Order: sequence, then C-alpha cells, then structure tokens
Amino acid sequence: MSPEALVPIPHTWVLALSAVLFAIGTLGVLLRRNGIAIFLSLEIMLNAANVAFAAFALKLAAEPGGVAAALAGQLFVFFVIGVAAAEAAVGLALFIAIHRLKETIDVDRLNVLRW
Amino acid sequence: MVIWVFLVAAAVAVVFSVVAIAHRSPVVNVLALVMVFFALATVFAVLGMDFLAAVQLVVYSGAILVLFLFVIMLLNIGQVEPLGSGRPWQAALGALAAVGLGATVVVAASRLPGGDGASLPGSEAGTAFPIGRALVGSHLFPFELISLLLVAAIVGAVALARREEDRT
Repeated sequence: MSPEALVPIPHTWVLALSAVLFAIGTLGVLLRRNGIAIFLSLEIMLNAANVAFAAFALKLAAEPGGVAAALAGQLFVFFVIGVAAAEAAVGLALFIAIHRLKETIDVDRLNVLRW
Repeated sequence: MVIWVFLVAAAVAVVFSVVAIAHRSPVVNVLALVMVFFALATVFAVLGMDFLAAVQLVVYSGAILVLFLFVIMLLNIGQVEPLGSGRPWQAALGALAAVGLGATVVVAASRLPGGDGASLPGSEAGTAFPIGRALVGSHLFPFELISLLLVAAIVGAVALARREEDRT
C-alpha cells in the first residue's frame, strides 16, 4: 500500500472497536450454554485482542524507534493466530469426545467431573 | 476515504459478531463469524498491515472456521438454545459484566493521549518481508515453538477424537 493511501486512523478508534468486540465476545461466553457457541465467542475475543495489538503497534509506530514496535505488534498478532489455531483443534476434538460420551455439549449438563 | 473504509468495516464486524453470538443456529453463527473475520482483515489492510490481513483470511476464515463447520456438521447440531436461556440472574449478571467491561475499555481508550491518528513507519512495515525476516531472525525461537505447539495440538486432537474401541 502506498504511503499516501495510509491516511492516519486514530488508534483510539481501533482500540474502541477492539473493546466493543471483546465485550460482545464476553457476552457470548457468559450467556451461551452450547459449547460450540461459547467457543465461537472465544474466537471473537481473541480477534479483539489482535485488533488491540494492531492499535498499539500503530500508536507506538509514531514514537522514536517505532519500527521495531510496529513489527513486534504484528508478530504478536501472528503468534496469537497460531495459538488460536492450535486451541481450536484441541477444543473441537474435546467437544467431539464429550459429545460421544454424553450426547450433548450443553455446558450446563457437563457439571460432573467424571463419566 | 480510508477512514470511511475503516468505519464501515468496523460496523460490519460489530453487527456480524452480534449475529455470531446471538443466532440460534450454529451454522449461521460460523458464517457470521466469517463476515467478522473478513471485516477485521479489511481493518488490518486499512491500517497498512497487509501480511496480517492475508494471514487473517487464510488461517481464520480458511482453516479455523472450516474446522468449526466440520465439527458442527459431524455432531449434527441443529437449533440450539437462544442467548441467555440459563438462569435469569446469571444472564443479567453476565450482560452487566460484559457491558461494563466494554464501556470501561472504551472510556479508557478515549482518554489515551495522541488520538489524532498514526500510521505505520514507511510503506513496507506491514508487508511479509520485514515480518518474515523477523520470524526467521530475531523471533526464531517463538516461531519454532509455535510449530511445535501446532504439531502437539494436532496429535492431541487426533488422540482425543479417536473412538474408544480403537484404542488398543
């Protein structure tokens, strides 16, 4: 992208978007009872954290030595995406195993720590 | 112009994330989440982080959500309970906590200094070149750890999802 296309976007706006997304994700985690739906809400929260990383990378880029800070912020987002992929694989495998055992993934009915 | 693209993408992300947590059909939830991830990729692209936009599309929309769809169809989940169908006080408390959290961060963000906008230094800062250099250079160790974590997660997922009678 050419430099003149990068009209400055206030990083506080980006941070506000992150906050709203994180609140929506929290709402989903707290209010849903279905395991998959809770997991989806968790993904929204992870993405909100990524947007916050991007916002602060943008903020620190304007300061002295900002090139390294901007790079570090993007690397953090990259690593978060990697961890999210691993977490999704293990979590969904767990739900498959639980569903095989209990015929449900309603977290309210998974309240016994044994089978 | 660019700021409008950002605002539209942000609005799309917020609206579809509400759909993603509120709709009763898990398939609709996942498809709404695809829209959220596309909107967030647009946000990354508008901020000049081209590489992250591509990774967001390929890994999140391409890999993770397909995994979700697979599992939903494998478990044959139809309509599930609506949002907040548990105990009413629990739902009220959860909604209060989430809204309080969001409002707190929005207020905190509005009080940060220097809200007049910033951009990445130089046009190259968000492309694959500096990030790839850092991944095999200064950040090689976490990068290798991630690959180890992914292998462990995949092996663990296969071990967890196997049928009980296959285990001999």
